[in-house]
Amino acid sequence: MKKIKSLDDLRKMKRELEHGMNIREKSNSPESLVQIRVAMATCGIAAGARTVMNALIEKIEKEKVPAVVTQGGCMGYCYAEPTIEVKIPGKDPVVFGNVDEKVAAEIVDKYIKNGELIDGIIPTNYQTINEKK
Amino acid sequence: MAHYKMHLLVCGGTGCRASQSDKIVENLTAEIEKLGLENDAQVVTTGCFGFCEKGPIVKVVPDNTFYTQVKLEDCAEIVKEHVLKGRKVKRLLYEDPETKKHIEDSKHMGFYQKQLRIALRNCGFIDPENIDEYIAREGYAAIAKILEEMTPQEAIDVLKKSGLRGRGGGGFPTGLKWEFASKNMADQKYVVCNADEGDPGAFMDRSILEGDPHSVIEAMAICGYCIGATKGLVYIRAEYPLAIKRLQTALKQAREYGLLGEDIMGTGFGFEIELKFGAGAFVCGEETALIHSMEGNRGEPTVKPPFPAEKGYLGKPTNVNNVETLANIPVIFNKGASWFSSIGSEKSKGTKVFALAGKINNVGLIEVPMGITLREVIFEIGGGIKNGKKFKAVQTGGPSGGCLTEKHLDTPIDFDNLLAAGSMMGSGGMIVMDEDDCMVAMAKFYLEFTVEESCGKCAPCRVGNKRLHEILEKICAGKGTEDDLEYLQNLSKVIKDTALCGLGQTSPNPVLSTLEHFYDEYLAHVRERICIAGSCKALKLYTIIADKCTGCTACTRACPVGAITGEKRQPHVIDADKCIRCGACYDKCKFSAIHVQ
Repeated sequence: MKKIKSLDDLRKMKRELEHGMNIREKSNSPESLVQIRVAMATCGIAAGARTVMNALIEKIEKEKVPAVVTQGGCMGYCYAEPTIEVKIPGKDPVVFGNVDEKVAAEIVDKYIKNGELIDGIIPTNYQTINEKK
Repeated sequence: MAHYKMHLLVCGGTGCRASQSDKIVENLTAEIEKLGLENDAQVVTTGCFGFCEKGPIVKVVPDNTFYTQVKLEDCAEIVKEHVLKGRKVKRLLYEDPETKKHIEDSKHMGFYQKQLRIALRNCGFIDPENIDEYIAREGYAAIAKILEEMTPQEAIDVLKKSGLRGRGGGGFPTGLKWEFASKNMADQKYVVCNADEGDPGAFMDRSILEGDPHSVIEAMAICGYCIGATKGLVYIRAEYPLAIKRLQTALKQAREYGLLGEDIMGTGFGFEIELKFGAGAFVCGEETALIHSMEGNRGEPTVKPPFPAEKGYLGKPTNVNNVETLANIPVIFNKGASWFSSIGSEKSKGTKVFALAGKINNVGLIEVPMGITLREVIFEIGGGIKNGKKFKAVQTGGPSGGCLTEKHLDTPIDFDNLLAAGSMMGSGGMIVMDEDDCMVAMAKFYLEFTVEESCGKCAPCRVGNKRLHEILEKICAGKGTEDDLEYLQNLSKVIKDTALCGLGQTSPNPVLSTLEHFYDEYLAHVRERICIAGSCKALKLYTIIADKCTGCTACTRACPVGAITGEKRQPHVIDADKCIRCGACYDKCKFSAIHVQ
């Protein structure tokens, strides 16, 4: 174990270590963050959802985007896997289909950062049992 | 490089470990490796989440999934379903007792919604055996900031401004206490952490030491700098083995990083901490008794003054603070005195940790802002009374405190309001009682505790409490008189006024407060010889309802003492003097002819 010899050492160390705790810190305030949910059912994983999820996590960490990536189950859009659902606080969730690493980066840069919509949105034309009157 | 998508936080507190949470960690890790997901998910052993009622707890982040009562055989399913496929295991989620719906996000659990975790900020969040996780959460940043920017007096002023008061019971302003110790000159001074948690039912200090030991170490070093001490001692009871182990690991890691020892972080300030084990005596939570015990003498209190700040451990100026008080201190310096003083009520700032126990649905450890009402604590966070029974009272402050009743439910909880209501904050134990609990028996229980724990040095406590206990026993046995009630009251006052230390001065509180709030119950015991709650066995009165009795003689044969007599096919009678209240007749009677009062 290395010794902390100065106050700057401690601060440097904190910056390096923070990264590993990000997932936990973010879970403390999920409502203020953009929530990205990657569908990780068998069909999603087969179509490459895992690579997409890794790419998203890496990009978000690197660019310090205020977002949290979680995984969800099958949404039924097997024809368009991998799919991701993005929920910006205060807005309705949007589902993107056929997402690969490139599209994922585009979603972060355009939709999450600037609010621009991009191609590949799947219209959500269903009701959940909670919404059904 | 691993891109963890999720962390699985497993409670490693004493409570959850008792139901094999350490094995759950092993199983989860093994299942994750089996599926080759070791770069996706990380299993972390943390401190207590507080929701002990439903342990063992496994919390998954970032989606805040809160699995309760996890068994070893559930681990494979959690990993296969949740970690691999992203599907939460519904049956393990916490079920809202009212709506019967599974709660997917722990933020929506009633238990957590009203809580504000400052002293417990890292409990259930970091791995207490990994100093890196503490450092990542601003750990040791407070001591660094103080050593760099502040003089001891400036730091003490911050603490004074924050309004922090001692969390061990008395509620003395911490900044003022430090100032006294700093002003007394000596060649050596000591910082003592009081981890002798003795209130029955309270376990916040243990949980903090088990879940976040570094916060206590950091605060002790800060105190050392402020009062001019280079030595710290933690007085901890030997019956807390896990807390001791975690504290020792933390001390070792802090030393290796150079955060303890000589010349901390190159600033020239040195501080070292040593552990002292206690045998678990309640009186040793009193600071003078604690100091004597650490010196190797009998754990007996001495008269103050001199206060420990003048003449403490080995005759040197000593500052004694409780674990929870210390755990608050690093945050105060990181976030500022005004941030801290913006939380809480007018004279009690910040939060308080309470241990909920007794007849309450969510038994566990909670931290709430001062000024919250009892109603919110018991009915919203605590989930109300078990089995739909009626709330009767809550004992706060342990054996030194008093009981609060229905009329206090909307009183904001803080140091002064509790005192005004005839109880006290104490260390934060809250024992909830329902309609089936007899308040005389409750007072008797606490007196039993103080009689056993009295060190015997002063007569009021040694003899007086014993007498109080005897009278309470007499009343519960149905042999009390109205004169006894007056005697209880007078003797209690004498003990309060004349006992040597805090233990004796507060030990009659349970008697006085039950006399005040439940005088009717006492009267019923001595006048009508009945226990309204039906809990004092000796006061149960069994009678036979003549109209219902068929004279079948089943009860006569069941009675072990021959207290029931009567002719065949004629109503029988119970001789109350012979009856031992065993209930055998009641169980045997097929015609519901036995009446119990």
